[in-house]
Amino acid sequence: MNLAVNNQSLILALGLVMIALAIGWHEKLGIDRDMIIGVVRAVIQLFVVGYLLKYVFRLDKVWLTAVLILIIIFNAGYNAKQRSNGIPRALPISVGAILISTAVTLGVLMLAGAIKFIPSQMIPISGMIASNSMVAIGLCYRNLNAEFKQERQAVLEKLALGADLKDASRDIVRASIKTGMQPTIDSAKTVGIVSLPGMMSGLIFAGVDPVRAIKYQIMVTFMLMSATSIGSVLACYWAYREFYNERKQLIGPSN
Amino acid sequence: MTLLELQNVGYQVGETPILQDINLEIAAGEWVTLTGPSGSGKSTLVRIIASLLSRTSGELRFAGKSIDDYDPIAYRRRVSYGFQQPTLFGETVRDNLEFPYQIRQLPFDQQRAVTALEYVGLTASDLTKAVVDLSGGQRQRVALLRNVMIYPEVLILDEVTAGLDADNKAFVWSMIRHFNVDDGITVIAITHDQSEIEAAQRLVTVVDGRLTTGGAQ
Repeated sequence: MNLAVNNQSLILALGLVMIALAIGWHEKLGIDRDMIIGVVRAVIQLFVVGYLLKYVFRLDKVWLTAVLILIIIFNAGYNAKQRSNGIPRALPISVGAILISTAVTLGVLMLAGAIKFIPSQMIPISGMIASNSMVAIGLCYRNLNAEFKQERQAVLEKLALGADLKDASRDIVRASIKTGMQPTIDSAKTVGIVSLPGMMSGLIFAGVDPVRAIKYQIMVTFMLMSATSIGSVLACYWAYREFYNERKQLIGPSN
Repeated sequence: MTLLELQNVGYQVGETPILQDINLEIAAGEWVTLTGPSGSGKSTLVRIIASLLSRTSGELRFAGKSIDDYDPIAYRRRVSYGFQQPTLFGETVRDNLEFPYQIRQLPFDQQRAVTALEYVGLTASDLTKAVVDLSGGQRQRVALLRNVMIYPEVLILDEVTAGLDADNKAFVWSMIRHFNVDDGITVIAITHDQSEIEAAQRLVTVVDGRLTTGGAQ
């Protein structure tokens, strides 16, 4: 291991934040308060998580690992719900979609022997899967809201012709799933040529042979594809029904 | 035979009444012309009849049964609603005429589509025409065909000729007359057009959310 970040170098690196703050002040961006809060929160959260993970890894208990994974999933679901802009039942939908997408993806990775059920592997991988699923679902919600507003007339006309809710919403649901998955697809296309993603960079940083590191990154690319597609599909198919009432009418202004 | 029966139907948003005490009976095969000032509640009334909105009071019966006893999707296939400025779906005319079949999981009847297109002054080759290339009059004809590709029992028309020129207007009305007279479809048509109002077989007027003329007979 050739990592040399110690407390002293961290304090010196704080100078980088000063540069950002100076730019903020000079340009009167009014974001200095947010920036300071962000930095303080990041430091505290990461320290807490670092010590917590150290403790959990040392304990190496299946139940504790499972509880932590569930907490990650719930937090991710809660955050995705915050982006739903009032879609009813967004919390259970988000938590359910992230739970299933994480469980399926982790299950396949374990069956394939790529990871083992030990906290040092399960927790970081679950976090990556759940956070990507969360972002994808947030995008799905935003798109569903925008499209149901923009395509309101077309949806009403489909309903008026006797379409069921699935037929009336099909185009919107498809576009929303696509929107949710797009960032993962885009980053898969540019991985290695534009960015060296976190997992791979971290391994290379820690002295692992780049050829081994890319294998992990390939695994990450596959698992994020799976997680965002499962999460987007489930969230969109569960959420679109919330735009209608029990008489299968589009909710919203009547004319 | 009474097909549609509205008894004291009301609709309100919060505390604001939009429709009050609507009593209306419509017989099978009848043509009802609905008129009244803008904002009087005509569109709300027909949307309630089309099950796109639910009344907040009163009773609405279709073919002897309360509308609440019907599955809304099955009901809308029998009581079809045509909009003032219709949105055409997909890319081509065919996508639109095929839609009623798709939602019922039925095979597309191309022969019927061609006959229908020819009847409204279009041709078989227009089936593949892009919807963006249609004129306003053609769009409305295609949209109305979409409503009747599989015959409904009631056709509700919300100012479908507004914005069309005189020739297109006359054509669309003759189309609808054909559906009413030859196919026995009950028609409920909202209009502001004076000549259509004068020619109405039965005129129902809505003012401030109430029927002033032509209600229950």
